[in-house]
Amino acid sequence: MSGILRRAGEWRVGAPIADTKAPAGPIEERWDTRRFEAKLVNPANKRKLNVIVVGTGLAGGSAAATLGELGYNVKSFCYQDSPRRAHSIAAQGGINAAKNYRGDGDSVFRLFYDTVKGGDFRSRESNVYRLAQVSVNIIDQAVAQGVPFAREYGGLLDTRSFGGAQVSRTFYARGQTGQQLLLGAYQALERQVAAGTVEMHTRHEMLELIVSGGRARGVVVRDMVTGEIETHLADAVVLATGGYGNVFYLSTNAKGCNTTAIWRAHRRGAYFGNPCYTQIHPTCIPVSGDYQSKLTLMSESLRNDGRVWVPLRKGDDRPPAQIPEDERDYYLERIYPSFGNLVPRDIASRAAKNVCDEGRGVGPGGLGVYLDFADAIARLGREAVEKKYGNLFEMYERITGENPYEVPMRIYPAVHYTMGGLWVDYDLQSTIPGLFVIGEANFSDHGANRLGASALMQGLADGYFVLPTTIGDYLAGATAFDQVDQDAVDEAVDRVKEKISRLLAVNGTRTADSFHRELGRLMWDHCGMERTEESLRKALERIPELREEFWNNVKVPGDSEGLNQALERAGRVADFFELAELMCVDALHRSESCGGHFRAESQDADGEALRDDDNFAYVAAWEWTPDGPVLHKEELDYEYVKMTQRSYK
Amino acid sequence: MAVTGAVLVLFLIGHMLGNLKIFLGADSFNGYAEWLRTAGEPALPGRTMLTITEIVLVVAVVLHMWSAVSLARRAARARPVKYAARRRSQASGYATHVMRYGGIVIALFVVWHLLDMTLGVVNPEGHAATPYDRMVAGFAPSRWWVTAFYVIALVMVGLHLRHGVWSAFQTLGLARGRSHRPLRALAGVVALVLVVGFLAAPVAVMIGVIK
Amino acid sequence: MNLTLKIWRQDGPEDRGRMVTYQVEDVSPDMSFLEMLDVLNERLTLAGEEPVAFDHDCREGICGMCGMVINGVAHGEQRATTTCQLHMRHFKDGDTVTIEPWRAAPFPVIKDLVVDRSAFDRIIQAGGFISVPAGSAPDAHSIPVPKNAADAAFDAATCIGCGACVAACPNGSASLFTAAKITHLGLLPQGQPERASRAKAMVEQMDAEGFGGCTNTGECTAVCPKGIPLDAIAQMNADYLKASPTS
Repeated sequence: MSGILRRAGEWRVGAPIADTKAPAGPIEERWDTRRFEAKLVNPANKRKLNVIVVGTGLAGGSAAATLGELGYNVKSFCYQDSPRRAHSIAAQGGINAAKNYRGDGDSVFRLFYDTVKGGDFRSRESNVYRLAQVSVNIIDQAVAQGVPFAREYGGLLDTRSFGGAQVSRTFYARGQTGQQLLLGAYQALERQVAAGTVEMHTRHEMLELIVSGGRARGVVVRDMVTGEIETHLADAVVLATGGYGNVFYLSTNAKGCNTTAIWRAHRRGAYFGNPCYTQIHPTCIPVSGDYQSKLTLMSESLRNDGRVWVPLRKGDDRPPAQIPEDERDYYLERIYPSFGNLVPRDIASRAAKNVCDEGRGVGPGGLGVYLDFADAIARLGREAVEKKYGNLFEMYERITGENPYEVPMRIYPAVHYTMGGLWVDYDLQSTIPGLFVIGEANFSDHGANRLGASALMQGLADGYFVLPTTIGDYLAGATAFDQVDQDAVDEAVDRVKEKISRLLAVNGTRTADSFHRELGRLMWDHCGMERTEESLRKALERIPELREEFWNNVKVPGDSEGLNQALERAGRVADFFELAELMCVDALHRSESCGGHFRAESQDADGEALRDDDNFAYVAAWEWTPDGPVLHKEELDYEYVKMTQRSYK
Repeated sequence: MAVTGAVLVLFLIGHMLGNLKIFLGADSFNGYAEWLRTAGEPALPGRTMLTITEIVLVVAVVLHMWSAVSLARRAARARPVKYAARRRSQASGYATHVMRYGGIVIALFVVWHLLDMTLGVVNPEGHAATPYDRMVAGFAPSRWWVTAFYVIALVMVGLHLRHGVWSAFQTLGLARGRSHRPLRALAGVVALVLVVGFLAAPVAVMIGVIK
Repeated sequence: MNLTLKIWRQDGPEDRGRMVTYQVEDVSPDMSFLEMLDVLNERLTLAGEEPVAFDHDCREGICGMCGMVINGVAHGEQRATTTCQLHMRHFKDGDTVTIEPWRAAPFPVIKDLVVDRSAFDRIIQAGGFISVPAGSAPDAHSIPVPKNAADAAFDAATCIGCGACVAACPNGSASLFTAAKITHLGLLPQGQPERASRAKAMVEQMDAEGFGGCTNTGECTAVCPKGIPLDAIAQMNADYLKASPTS
């Protein structure tokens, strides 16, 4: 169970990935080609084909609903008490689509281009183009479902602009776009539950993948209410279990978000793509104490009117109002005069970290910077500011107890999204046949950095439109599949039971949460916003030690029967330990900086991220082996977008 | 609940208007009482209209109470385990108490009221007297405690109506969108008018305006 | 600050359950209510006791997973706030805080403060959707929606399905939850074809689940973290009444 590496931080290089299954030909015709070439399943046969979908967020919920509509026999699983609670629900900003309703020059190609560029040229062109194509259908689908997008007085849909784009293509539903889109998918899913095509299993956590005859054929889950270990078999398995940002303990993810499903699949043979690509969001409410359990995002839109600053002098702990103008450092405006407070997420985050590292941070622990609205209030009036940001100010006050109309907000970057995930081909199929991975759980279309309002787009594109087509092609051959091997099932169940009894047997002196906190801190310090060879090597030394201690000293109260939240948490932390190591290996091997991955060794004279396209223009797909990770490279060819260096000065 | 309540509210409005005839003098009031019994004659036998009204009222009251009891029983079934902490109302607060316990108080009041004014059993003047005399005797200054009881009961009726009328608008699906606020206000006005209208006669008698 | 907590403990669905008193020390005013419980659980675990089970997930007030009755009020006395967003600065040193699960027969207790809210999913299954298979939708701009209708629909659509309305209702009614979905979909042009059948099916399912009847006390909307307005219930009743004679 422990020890994914023989020697910490070492890896081997294996054969490159030869074929991503993307059709050849002009990029705008590839998806049509694939759809035409995909084998179809006779409607009468669909009823006999079983598909398991794990996770009910935008990707999993929409996929399960759509597969149900198509007539497959679907089993859907989520760990929450209802599919409606998946963490997609917390997405605030909006969803991009190349509708060009504004007539401002948007097009499928422009959305494709912006996404590839925003991802710092580390994503697969064919996939991104398809994403841009499908984006328009998502809006149609959501509107028809009754998603109450913001509208203008004429009754037509409103859009706004978002980071990394010069057109207005982001559709939104106030600050709750994720919620509204997820409820749309949830309702479609419940409709299929009522129709009998989807069997819903809530409060069930996937703990193991069943691979038989070289194919993914089922899952082992734990009924979190009764504690029973169940097996469910199928012809294909879809993982839509989200990202792994909680490896850092503190993140904007929900408390339950975890890596177990994808990590177990990785251990069974699915390659893990770009695990080190992590997005750190610059405007979150800072940590207020050791008890902190999660971080809350404040919409990026605040940077439109707020000015970011810290005291000029180190250790200046006067209240902000008593610090005169000439003793303040509006560092973003100083360093990036042309973009100022509106530089992209990764740059704003790193700059905040730098000033705090210099000892100029504000608030408890010195981990925060001011986001000041005094100028905006003076210029626009309090009422106008309230109209624009009232709900955000309220949320801030609820959490911090401070009134941002009078005292500047304090913000700090926080882990938000993971671009890495299980490697998938053009069909969203992993390296295990029959195992499909969608949404944030796959290594995705966002390259090394995701643009705002693109996560919702990708989740729904995968679930409503891409997977239902590509999985059919796979399932068309299901009649030839072998019977599931009972030994494979038993083995998977045994692995799960063994892990649970081991966790319960340790009976040490530390809770799983306390280990998770320490791991998170380690990852944040050494594999966070800025990574160096030294910091990563240090982490790779420390993680196995901490993992060892975990397995010898964790205390999990209660038993495996019935609801045991401490046991659930301990199991997830155990998998985070293994993933953390792979993230550090990936970050160590990628000695360039790109997108959300900043290696201090690779920066230009101005301290900006420096890519190394000659050596790193590839997707790092990692294979798990008992002898340590093996790297398989998927070379990235850019036929349509020319690689350039980003600059925001 | 809403439909039977509406029938009772319509009755109350008629009843109040009738009561107010007392300010037009004994003849007007007694004449009105007589008309209630003879309305429709000679086409219909005596008391036909009154009997029909009485039957409708009794049915409405019974159904109203039956609905209330079944709602209360459903509520009890829906929450078999009560909260340990005293439930603190976060809304207006009085609604449930006024509707359930207030309803019982009103029912008891109606019984007294019928014994007093209709059957005259507990009235000093007895059944034989004219309605006007029964009214004047019933609320005589010396019987201030009866008037006080009426006042309390009618305030209870008012609160019951304020929530009940608005609640009926809700239940019948009328109090939605733009009409929500005006209807809520209307319920308050209906309740207030009825309370004032009903209290006018007893108070007038008690303070000697009507003798 | 130091607090006395009286918490409902129940080992499982069959257990009778009881209130248990705990002391927590050094509670920071900046903690959220759930973080305060985390601290208690950490201590209980190390002392070899079973930690208190409670539902929670996003901890930013949108997933609807958390919910407990705090001093007799669903989600505590702060208005428009979920339990996870309630902070300890609203309590005073020495306070006694009573913490109970949602109480309703259709929400059976699973353990401690965790209840089974699957009845809500079944109400949605009965008709809380617009039937539109993926890929069959017309262009989004082919259906203009007046801004005021869209805004009113949105207000109802913000329901997070936490169940506070049921917990707070003296009758244990689920009307506000059910009405929110009926109103959201019923106000939009896309929702019209199924409007009557949706209202009828959802109301009937709500009743079948064993929720109490609505007497318009307004307790639901007062505790609703998203402030779903009470006139949603009037909208539900109107649609239901309209549907009844026709089907």
